[in-house]
Amino acid sequence: MSVTHLGTKTPGDPAAAEASITAAAARFGAIVHRETVPPRAPWSRVLKAGEVLTIVDLDGNQAVDFLAYDAHDHSRAYSAQATLQEQDSVFLTTGSVLRDNEGEALLVIAADGVGRHDTLGGACSRESNTLRYGHHTYAQHACADNFINELSKYGMGKRDQVSNINWFMNVPVDPDGALGIVDGISAPGLALSLRAEKDTLAVVSNCPQINNPCNGFDPSRVEMVVHRG
Amino acid sequence: MPAATATTAGAREHARAQEGTVVYAAPTVPASSQTDVPDGVAPEDVVWSDRLPGGGYAHRVLAPGMRVRLTDVTGDACAQVVLYHADMPWERLNIADTAKIQWQVYPRAGYLLLSDQARVLATIVEDTSGHHDTIYGASTKARNERRYGDGSVHGPSPAGRELLVNGALKNGLERRDVPPAISFFQGVRIDDGRPVWQGSAGAGAQVTLRTELPVVVLVANAAHPLDPRERYTCGALEVLAWRDRVTTPEDPEWTATPEGRRAFENTADHRAGRSTR
Repeated sequence: MSVTHLGTKTPGDPAAAEASITAAAARFGAIVHRETVPPRAPWSRVLKAGEVLTIVDLDGNQAVDFLAYDAHDHSRAYSAQATLQEQDSVFLTTGSVLRDNEGEALLVIAADGVGRHDTLGGACSRESNTLRYGHHTYAQHACADNFINELSKYGMGKRDQVSNINWFMNVPVDPDGALGIVDGISAPGLALSLRAEKDTLAVVSNCPQINNPCNGFDPSRVEMVVHRG
Repeated sequence: MPAATATTAGAREHARAQEGTVVYAAPTVPASSQTDVPDGVAPEDVVWSDRLPGGGYAHRVLAPGMRVRLTDVTGDACAQVVLYHADMPWERLNIADTAKIQWQVYPRAGYLLLSDQARVLATIVEDTSGHHDTIYGASTKARNERRYGDGSVHGPSPAGRELLVNGALKNGLERRDVPPAISFFQGVRIDDGRPVWQGSAGAGAQVTLRTELPVVVLVANAAHPLDPRERYTCGALEVLAWRDRVTTPEDPEWTATPEGRRAFENTADHRAGRSTR
């Protein structure tokens, strides 16, 4: 049985995606690497200081779970709490500084075509799926499995999978404290760009979730473009 | 001063003469000698009795089925708590899962502290404060250096993260093992995506946890990272833990939500696999 295409999301707007990439290249310099990440797959790359990573939501409303580490000291992992301590919003957007667990800058959001992204909701896992949707979802692939497998390629493990960012994911907090993953505000071809403040390992899970609207119930492709900066 | 300390015998006598000094911020050992216990708790069931100064920390390994009561003595405590599965500490408090699974960022009685393995590490069984925070965690050393001039453990304004790191290190863990924390007694509310400082509910507020797995509990009592006061402000925190029991299907916490019920089911299955009949 094929599991490469699970739903009905129509292939996105190639012209819009190319326009986003062209605009990013005009601002952030020559493209040194470009790669399409298939639905449900992990991805990683070391960004050299100054390089800019542009992530393009090719088919629309695709959550991109994201972790970052100091490339020379993996104990310096992204920290959602240290990041939010230093800004006046629980959402991430242009200007947000993505900080490690000691409060030091790893990456800065240099451009954002969407408006806000999440760092409260964490990654999906087979285990958390059993709580959110039922024990019947345990066999489904999930971001935590992508993350730990990708981290293992760098000598890291379960202890290094920390709380992450969810690009393109819409997670409001209501006045009564209710938090939830709701319909996305992204669209085909929208992009964001991250500038590396130091040599940074970026690790991605192109989210395989099919039980909530974070991927429009249909995991889809994203484009990774690295600019010289 | 008793004997001179120029000799080993004198130094030993000097050291031994210090026992019995009365200080406020100290553990009661053995804990079962603590007489100030809640009604209905037998003194012999008390396993941990401690008072943390502002800027202090403590840690303990606890079996499933312990009650852990935290008391904000002055109204200025801020208990930043992290939990690990004591036998497999790579399983630990996951604040993102805790909030997402319960569809709620504000802790209250009945709130579950969930691990990354979809199990309940501890349940909040009582809460007279309601002023808590799951979003901002413990302050970094860099932040305290900027705000107060110092964030080190030995300084006058220790960062919560530094204290949690020391607690983690003493349990064989490393700096990288300190995950996002939950803060009790100093609240933050989110208004249209922005933090609004709520602060304390006042002196005497209490939060009581019930452990559901064997846990390492780390508690840092440190100023909240968003505490707007110019001076580092943190008051005493009391900890009292006693033997009780784990949550069962007959308890309201078990059945309050389908998500929580499944978390308790996962937890009970995990415990079952670790014990013989």
